[in-house]
Amino acid sequence: MRSPEQSRLLALTILGLVLFSPPLLLLFDQPGIADFSTLSGIIFLIWALLILGAALILERHHEE
Amino acid sequence: MRSSATVLFVAFSYLALLFVIAAWGDRRAEQRRSLVNSPTIYSLSIAVYCTAWTFYGSVGRAATTGPSFLLIYLGPTLAMLCGWMLIRKMIRIARAQRITSIADFISARYGKSGAIGALVALIAIIAIMPYIALQLKAITVSYAILTQYPDQSQPQLSLSGFMEDKAFWVALVLSVFIILFGTRHLDASERHEGMVTAIAFESIIKLCAFLTVGGFATFILYDGPTDLITQASLLIPDISHRFGLDQVPGGALGWFGTLILAMLAFITLPRQFQVLVVENVNEQHLRRATWLFPLYLLLINLFVIPIALAGLMGGAATGEPDNFVLTLPLASGLHWLPLLVFIGGLSAATSMMIVETIALSTMVSNQLVMPLLIRLPSLHLDRRHDLSGWLLGIRRIAIILILILGYLYHALIGEAYSLVTIGLVSFAAAAQFAPSLLLGLYWKGACRTGAAAGMIAGILAWGWTLLIPGFAQSGWLDTGFIDNGPFGLSWLRPYALFGLEGWDIYTHALFWSLLVNLGLLVGLSLFSRQNGLEQTQAALFTNALRPEAAQAAIWQGHASRYELFMLLSRYLGDSASRRLLGHTRPQPDDETPATPEMIAAAEHGLTGALGSATARILINSVVRGEALEISSILSILDTTSQALEYNRRLEQKSSELARIGEELRSANERLRELDRLKDEFVAMVSHELRTPLTSIRAFAEILRDSGQIPDEKRAHFIDIIVRESERLSRLIEEVLDMARLESGRMTLKPTRCDFNELVHRSVDTVTRLNEERGVELELKLPKNPSWIVADADRLQQVLINLLGNANKFADEHNPRVVLTLTPFKRSYRLTVEDNGPGIAEAEREKVFEKFHQIEQAQEQQLHRTPASRPRGTGLGLPISRGIINQLGGRLWADHGEQWGGACFVVELPQAPELVQSESLKSRVE
Repeated sequence: MRSPEQSRLLALTILGLVLFSPPLLLLFDQPGIADFSTLSGIIFLIWALLILGAALILERHHEE
Repeated sequence: MRSSATVLFVAFSYLALLFVIAAWGDRRAEQRRSLVNSPTIYSLSIAVYCTAWTFYGSVGRAATTGPSFLLIYLGPTLAMLCGWMLIRKMIRIARAQRITSIADFISARYGKSGAIGALVALIAIIAIMPYIALQLKAITVSYAILTQYPDQSQPQLSLSGFMEDKAFWVALVLSVFIILFGTRHLDASERHEGMVTAIAFESIIKLCAFLTVGGFATFILYDGPTDLITQASLLIPDISHRFGLDQVPGGALGWFGTLILAMLAFITLPRQFQVLVVENVNEQHLRRATWLFPLYLLLINLFVIPIALAGLMGGAATGEPDNFVLTLPLASGLHWLPLLVFIGGLSAATSMMIVETIALSTMVSNQLVMPLLIRLPSLHLDRRHDLSGWLLGIRRIAIILILILGYLYHALIGEAYSLVTIGLVSFAAAAQFAPSLLLGLYWKGACRTGAAAGMIAGILAWGWTLLIPGFAQSGWLDTGFIDNGPFGLSWLRPYALFGLEGWDIYTHALFWSLLVNLGLLVGLSLFSRQNGLEQTQAALFTNALRPEAAQAAIWQGHASRYELFMLLSRYLGDSASRRLLGHTRPQPDDETPATPEMIAAAEHGLTGALGSATARILINSVVRGEALEISSILSILDTTSQALEYNRRLEQKSSELARIGEELRSANERLRELDRLKDEFVAMVSHELRTPLTSIRAFAEILRDSGQIPDEKRAHFIDIIVRESERLSRLIEEVLDMARLESGRMTLKPTRCDFNELVHRSVDTVTRLNEERGVELELKLPKNPSWIVADADRLQQVLINLLGNANKFADEHNPRVVLTLTPFKRSYRLTVEDNGPGIAEAEREKVFEKFHQIEQAQEQQLHRTPASRPRGTGLGLPISRGIINQLGGRLWADHGEQWGGACFVVELPQAPELVQSESLKSRVE
């Protein structure tokens, strides 16, 4: 019933939710540069990758 | 450069620019060269999500609670990622049903219920009013800082000084803007292209302003992010611990709660619904928005932490974290940059106020005011010629009232709240729409009472756990109940309801409010029934993304074109009505009925302007007969079940036919069997007839051909011929009897007779035969007459047959036969027994079959006495049984008691007493 595009987006959403939720989140909370937590940096990185993923899924399909 | 006059000039020039841009957008839309028809503009307009709260508050939040500010943007990112399923579904439903606000959406889902719409509108007003106040506060504060820096004291707000407060004037200008571009016309789609263009422009301005400040802080004040971090860690003790998860209120759980809160609020905030769903031109635009809007969020947050760090290092010069964005460039002595920041903040605040006010005013007019006015008979709204003016008037008044209320809120209690608190409190209230909205989109069973009860309970829980304690902390109430609970009931403490402690207040409030909301929605839905319209709407909503969900026109009543046109033009004006109904203005005498499509279009048009519940009432007022009621839609569904019913009946019929076919087949089989028996019978009869005929013919030929035959021999031959002829005629007589018996044509003449006498007569007949064989016959008869009702001749025939058989089969050397007649119960029993070999038990019924005896005789011929002739026709016993049965008695073979030979028993009922006495009487006469 769902198109592969929809399934991929749904998976991406769930991946984002899992990455932004406690168990994995605690792993990101490590000291980095000058003893700063790496949490924010890693979140920005994941965030950017999610956006990239969504853009790839939606725009590529669109051009086809 | 920062004199009040300059700032005011720049600020109001900016607002004027907005007017120009919006007017340009509207002009382009009228020329059918829409600017809004672009996925980028759509994505930018969604960025109305970033308000003054984002612009100023994010940095403040980052400086105090670490990375938790990110959650407000990660939630919408996740919501946007699944927007291709969720938001597209909402867009499609809103387009199909001409829905113009979230209140209308939820009301339409639950059977176009006016009550639900009003409830949602009320909750939205309660939830959003502080949020609007927050924007005004941001404008006031930023203006004060900009003009009075380095004095950073909070401006004193009071109602009497509103003329001095620039926020008041901004609100005033905004109300003019919103009235101009938000209520210019009543379009069926309720789309505001000029406004959306202006909002997109504002999104670019606020992003540019923020990125400029961020770039300035990171790369001009310091040498890039690494330098910033190193310097900060040197300058401020413990700074490295301020950006870990432990800084987030409520820790990991608080993090998760706020993430969910932001995710839900992004979809349910009225202004987000407006830009995401209502202002959407083409659902394909959602494709780009799915990634472009999260990218916008990422960019606007990129420099939040650097600005926060730089601000924290600024010390007294930068002051309050909420103002870092502005004070940081001010502290560096710059002139133009603070002004740009101010404009950015202004754009963030105004864009939010514009969209939110339009969304709220639509709700107020469509869900609260118009339904009331239309129901008020004293206003005679139904007789007015043109109501579109009314509608626009109501909406304009609503806009002004909303902004005034927002201003009052800001002036009276705004001081007590920090920016962030108000924002999250509003979020938590808007999240109360989420269960009804989202569950309603995917679960058909969600029903109206559940949605209403859920939202009411949710908003009450929200009020108790967030709003009222917030008021108390602002100094409006005694804070004692927060720590000890009201009336000393500690389990009712608003921040630790039922003893749930250790959570941050937002997650705590979200948990309890959503728990009761969802619980009531699901629980009541499971235990209540939806009415017809609700069922239809539920099906339309949940199946919206299915290709077959194209909506059919469901109006079936009659309305003249003229009436319909007049109704539409009263609410929408002449030109919009003409566009909806096909460009010609019907004449008053035009009685041609409107097509169902026209009625549906009219309903859609009115729904766009007035909301679905009101539109339905209005359409019902002109559609004569039944506007196709849901019951009739259900009856259409019923036809399907009728077809199923026919199908079931057909199946029943066919199984009946199969059963009848089976019966026919077995009947046919029986007939074939009978046919076979008849053939056998004919063959046997022919055989039987041929045997005596052959001997008659043979002896007759001998007599004819050989003249020299001694007289003695001739006499013997003639004797044989006579005997065989007798046998032949007897056989024919028996075959005829048999045929009569079997066809039921044998007529008996039952009369009253004495069984004893009949026995005597029959014995007399066979005496000669007995003497021939030397059979000793013994009779055992009762002394009194045994009266029975029988055909005397036929009964005698039976008796002779039985005696004859006994005679034939009795022992060869010392043949003996005994005949006994005894009364037995209410009948007489006659037994004829011989001292022959008897009949084997298996054979006893077979002897009553036709010609059975012949076979036996043939066997005898084969094995024992080949010369002896068949001793009977083989029809005697079957005929006898037929006669006795017809007389109401029984005939069967039994084991002989006296000698163990063959024994035949006849049982006939006694003649009734009454008949006996009557016949006696008749005899006397």
